[in-house]
Amino acid sequence: MDFDLTDDQRLLTESVTRLLADEYAFDQRKQLLKAPEGWSPKLWAQYAELGLLGLPIAEEHGGFGGGAVDVMLLMQAFGRHLVLEPYLATVVLGATAIRLAGDAAQQGEILPAIAGGETKLAFAHYERQSRYDITDVLTAATRSNGGYVLEGAKSVVLHGDCADRLIVSARTGGSRDEREGISLFLVDAAAEGVTRRGYALRDGTRAAEIALSGVPAMLLGEVDQALPVIEQVVEAGIAATSAEVIGAMEAMQAMTLDYLKTRQQFGKPIGENQALQHRAAEMLVAMEQGRSMAMLAAMSVAEADPAERARSISMAKVGVGQAGRFVSQNAVQLHGGIGMTDEYAVGHYFRRVMVIEHMFGDTAWHLDRLADQVA
Amino acid sequence: MDLRYTPEEVAFRDEVRAFIRDNLPKDIRDRMRLGYPARKQDVVTWQRILNKRGWAAYSWPEEWGGPGWTSVQKMIFLEENLAAPAPEVSSFNITMLGPVLIQFGTEAQKRRYLPAAANLDEWWCQGFSEPGAGSDLASLKTRAVKEGDHYVINGQKIWTSTAHNADWCFVLVRTNPQAAKRQEGISFILVDMRTPGVEVRPIISIDGSHHLNEVFFTDVKVPVENLVGEENRGWSVAKYLLGNERTGIARLGRSKERVRFAKEVAREVRMNGKPLIEDRGFRTRVAQLEIDMKALEITQMRVVSAYDKSKDGRPDPLSSVLKIKGTELLQGTSELVMDVGGPQAMPAWTQELAALTNEPAVLPEWAPQMAPAYLMLRAASIYGGTNEIQKNILNKAVLGL
Repeated sequence: MDFDLTDDQRLLTESVTRLLADEYAFDQRKQLLKAPEGWSPKLWAQYAELGLLGLPIAEEHGGFGGGAVDVMLLMQAFGRHLVLEPYLATVVLGATAIRLAGDAAQQGEILPAIAGGETKLAFAHYERQSRYDITDVLTAATRSNGGYVLEGAKSVVLHGDCADRLIVSARTGGSRDEREGISLFLVDAAAEGVTRRGYALRDGTRAAEIALSGVPAMLLGEVDQALPVIEQVVEAGIAATSAEVIGAMEAMQAMTLDYLKTRQQFGKPIGENQALQHRAAEMLVAMEQGRSMAMLAAMSVAEADPAERARSISMAKVGVGQAGRFVSQNAVQLHGGIGMTDEYAVGHYFRRVMVIEHMFGDTAWHLDRLADQVA
Repeated sequence: MDLRYTPEEVAFRDEVRAFIRDNLPKDIRDRMRLGYPARKQDVVTWQRILNKRGWAAYSWPEEWGGPGWTSVQKMIFLEENLAAPAPEVSSFNITMLGPVLIQFGTEAQKRRYLPAAANLDEWWCQGFSEPGAGSDLASLKTRAVKEGDHYVINGQKIWTSTAHNADWCFVLVRTNPQAAKRQEGISFILVDMRTPGVEVRPIISIDGSHHLNEVFFTDVKVPVENLVGEENRGWSVAKYLLGNERTGIARLGRSKERVRFAKEVAREVRMNGKPLIEDRGFRTRVAQLEIDMKALEITQMRVVSAYDKSKDGRPDPLSSVLKIKGTELLQGTSELVMDVGGPQAMPAWTQELAALTNEPAVLPEWAPQMAPAYLMLRAASIYGGTNEIQKNILNKAVLGL
C-alpha cells in the first residue's frame, strides 16, 4: 500500500499544470470551442512535444512507457481545465486497442505516429441500438479479395470527426449480443464508403455518426475474438474518464467554495449559512470517495484476472458516477442563478461530468452488472 | 502508487487473522456473528487473550506494553478483529485513557493505571457529556472544588456508556468557573466508581438494552493526585483525547461482516417465491453497499497512510470523512440485515424470555438481534461527535468556510 507519487509523476503533473494554466484559461477554452475543429491542433502538437501523446506508449514505439497512474494524473489535470483535444479517443482508447490487438507491423506503424502527434484515432464500437451493451454489434464484415469490407453504422463515436483512422468493431460471425464473432478492423477515415457526420456533444467535445458502406478494412487482432480487447479498451476509457471527473470535481469544489466566501446576501457571505456549509462538506465527502474509486480504476486496468478487473472497474464507474452527479448538481445549486448561465464555468464542468457518466455504461448499467455478481 | 498490501502487510494480516481464528473462543464468535453485543465477560476474556499476545494496547508505544505498530498495521488489526467477528477492545481503556496518560500523566499515574487498563483489570468509562453539554462540551457544569488534598465533585454526567460495568471513570470537571474563557476552567480527573457519592442510574435505550447511564456525583472526594495534566488545562487533554488518532473510526470490518451475514440469511429466506438472495432489488442494494464500502476502504487507506507520514502525529481532518461514511455504512448495513429478517426480526419476546432457561427456540437463531442492532446503531451518527459536527469540522479545517 503506497500513495506516493514518483519524482517523474510529480514532474509530469507540474509541467501539465503549468501548460494548462497558460493555455487553458476558461476564456481561451471558449475560443477553442468556436474553432472549426472544436479543439486546438496547436496544443495537440505541444502535447506531442511534451511527450504526453506517448505517455502510455512503450518506449520501443517512441513513447514514455508510462502506466495507468501517469494517465490518471494527466486526465485529472485535463479534467480541471476541461481539455477538448482528442486525447481519450486517440491515446487512451485508440492506442490501447492497437497495443492489445495489433500485430508487430501495425504497432510499429501506428503507435509512434500517435506519440508524434501525426495520427489521430477514434474507437468506433457502440452503435445506435446498442446503448451500453458491449456485445450488441450489428455492423458486418465480409471477406473480399483477401481483405474485408464493412457494412453498418457507428454512433456517438468520440472525436470520430477528426480521426485519421478508425478502429471499427464488426461481426465476422455470430449474431447480435453473442460474445463470439466480433472482430476489430482498422479503417482509413478518408476511405470511400465512410460517411461521417460530426457534431458537438452537450459539453462541447466532438463526436460523430459514422456510416460504413462497402468500406475496405484491415483486420486488427484475431478474427471473431475481439471482445476481450474491446472490454479492456472500454475499461481503460473508464479509468481515464474517472480521473477526468475527479479533476472536474476539484475545479467545481474550488469554484463553489470561492463563491460561498465572496457572494454576499443578507449582509454576509452566503457561506456563513450552516445549510450551505454542510452541503459543501457533503460535496467534499463525495469527492474524496470518488477520488478513491478513480484510484481503484487506475490500479485495476492492469489487473490480470478479467472478472476481478471488470468488477473493480464497474465499482469505480458507479462510485465516480454518483460522486460526480452529486458534486456537480450541488455546485450549480450553491451558485444559484449564475450557475445556470453558459458564460460561467461551473455549468461547463457540469456538462462534462454528465457526458462522461453516459459513456461506457452509465451508473445504472454498471450497478446492474454488479448486482448480477452478488454472491 | 499501489493500493495492494505489500508482502509484509499481507504477512501481518495473515498473522493477525490466524491468531484470531485460533484464539477467539467459539462461543464468543458465535454470539458476535448472530449480532449480539459483546458481553462484559466476553470483552474481558478477549482483551486479556490479546494482551497476553501484546496486542490489546494496540496503539500504545512499546514502552507501555503496546506492539509499536504503524498506523497501517493498527488499521489491519482493527479490521481483522471486527471482521472475525471478535469483541472490540475497550476503547475507553485503550484509545482514550491510555494515550492521555502516556501524553499527560505522571510516571506514577502511568505505572498505576496503564497495565490494568491494558489487561482490562479495570474497566473505564468516560464522564464527558452532561444534560446541558452535548456537542457543546465546553459548557459542562460538573464542579470540582479543591479542599486540602482532595477535590470535591458535584454534578451530573449523562450517556455514560458501560458506567454500570466500570471500576473507574475519567471525568471532565469545572475547576474554575471564573475563567475568562469557559474552556480554560476545566480539569481532567480520574474517579474511582466505588467512591461514596457516585451513583449510576441506567438509561434504557430504544434497542431495549442497558448500555447508557446517568452518573451523579454528590460530594465525591477524589485525591488531588488523580488530576491528569494541569488544573484548568483539562480542555487540551480532552481535545487530545477526542482528536487522538482515529484509525479505527470507520469500523469498516463490522460493516463488511454484516453484509456477509445478511447474504447468508438471504439464502434461507424467500421473496416472491424464490430465495431473497436472487431478488434483483436485494442484489442491487448489496452491490451499492459493497461499492460504498470499497470506496471507504480506499479512503481509509489514504488517510491512515498519511498518519504515518505526518510529522506532528495530528489526525488528518479527513478522518471526519471516515466517521461520516463509516457510520452511514454501519447504519446502512444494519438496516439491510434487519430488512432481511423482516417480520421475524420484529418480536421483542427474547428479552422477556431471556431468563427462562428451558424455553425452546421459537425464532431462527439469526433473528433476535437484527432489530436491536439496527436501533442501537442509530447512535453511531450521534456519538463521537455527531455527523453534523463532523461536517462543521470539515468546513473549518478543510474548506475554510
